[in-house]
Amino acid sequence: MAEPARADEPLLKTPLHAEHVALGARMVPFAGYDMPVQYPTGILTEHTWTREHAGLFDVSHMGQAALVGPDHETTARALEALVPADIVNLKPGQQRYSQLLSEEGGILDDLMVTRPADPAADGRLLLVVNASMKGADYAHMEARLPANVKLVRFEDRALLAIQGPKAAEVMARLAPDTADMTFMAVRPTKLAGLDVHLSRSGYTGEDGYEISVADKDAVALWRALLADPEVKPIGLGARDSLRLEAGLCLYGHDIDTNTSPIEAGLTWSIQKRRREEGGFPGAARIQREIKEGPARVRVGLKPEGRAPAREGTLITTPDGREVGIVTSGGFGPTVNGPVAMGYVSRDVSAVGTDLHLMVRGKPLPAKVAAMPFTPHRYKR
Amino acid sequence: MTTRYTKDHEYIRVEGDAGTIGISDYAQSQLGDVVFVELPSVGKSLAKGDEAAVVESVKAASEVYAPVSGEVLEVNSGLEENPGTVNEDPAGRGWFLKIRLTNPGELDGLLTEEQYQEFVKSIS
Repeated sequence: MAEPARADEPLLKTPLHAEHVALGARMVPFAGYDMPVQYPTGILTEHTWTREHAGLFDVSHMGQAALVGPDHETTARALEALVPADIVNLKPGQQRYSQLLSEEGGILDDLMVTRPADPAADGRLLLVVNASMKGADYAHMEARLPANVKLVRFEDRALLAIQGPKAAEVMARLAPDTADMTFMAVRPTKLAGLDVHLSRSGYTGEDGYEISVADKDAVALWRALLADPEVKPIGLGARDSLRLEAGLCLYGHDIDTNTSPIEAGLTWSIQKRRREEGGFPGAARIQREIKEGPARVRVGLKPEGRAPAREGTLITTPDGREVGIVTSGGFGPTVNGPVAMGYVSRDVSAVGTDLHLMVRGKPLPAKVAAMPFTPHRYKR
Repeated sequence: MTTRYTKDHEYIRVEGDAGTIGISDYAQSQLGDVVFVELPSVGKSLAKGDEAAVVESVKAASEVYAPVSGEVLEVNSGLEENPGTVNEDPAGRGWFLKIRLTNPGELDGLLTEEQYQEFVKSIS
């Protein structure tokens, strides 16, 4: 058996690092940080706990920043020059998913954009970007922002996610005013006496919240949430299997600079006004792909049998024609079987199409499957 | 009956000219939850170091190599339905395959129980 690789470079630590170690987490290098991949009960148990109760995730490695301009319109227009989502019409207290695009319409990163609820924060947009991409994202934005819009990095904030069907009950016990929030709503509030900025969102397919909190308060908040018997800490291993079952893209795997949002099945994240008006990087390609359909598309794949098909697995037709590649794949604990996603030629992308996955040199029968593999349970 | 180990964390428990192969308790703990095991076909000839099986955890696939040369006599078909047995009882019900040793002298190159436990201490 092969030993897991160990990185030699010094790793960054989140404010919760000592908490993870004290809980017996197995720590691994991830995006330059020393992060918990699992706690002693293991990934299957953590995954199932999150689907049935509430899982608590440390996602402090992700990049938190703000764009700050004179008014909403100015800041929103500046960001709309870089992303395809409608930011101008974002309401106060609303969050939206989008992508930073290259001039060729490829995805440089995906991100969450929030217009704060507080009227005093007018002109600010809060951003959450991927840990591995934050340096590149910030440089990309700073080079393209107009002089009256500045990027402000939040280097002193942690990010926690609580996810699962019991998340709302747990949160309501700490702050009753969180119960009426709906998916992608945001607001500042107090949890366990601590100032936080909340959004009703996450990346597991479950109902839940992401909680931005000052570094200095992160441990107190983590412990307050874990004090609830419905809550257990969950590592990056289960986070990955949860988001895969939910059919959600992982940057650097399912989406990257070679994929457009249309190929990736993210057309829903480009609102009507922007589709028609364009005015974002790669608009010509994206508008063409919306109209004519892209040559290849991201699909769900359900292998027959029990063997998982991992990232990089070649996809062929039953008669051996190479039609694509798996970009994420593994075992879905809730599905109780292997699940995968990948890109295939559009002519073989219909749900139910029979394909082969070349696992260790052998063709493994699979079918194109509808995503998500596990239904989303967002609070609409 | 004697058990020998490789530095790749396979064990082989030898009785007469037959050996039972699996992965060590340390290996299963490092892998985490096992969700699938691919086993060879009965009758297959394996040379020492050949890929004998593949064990998949939630996170990744790992190869299991033949500690010594032999012919596959039997595989643990129970792992198909219950791959988690590898985590629960790696040295017992979680075995992978049995082989008939074709070169028992190769056992001398493997670690004893004591040497293996020392080795695990040195890497963990």
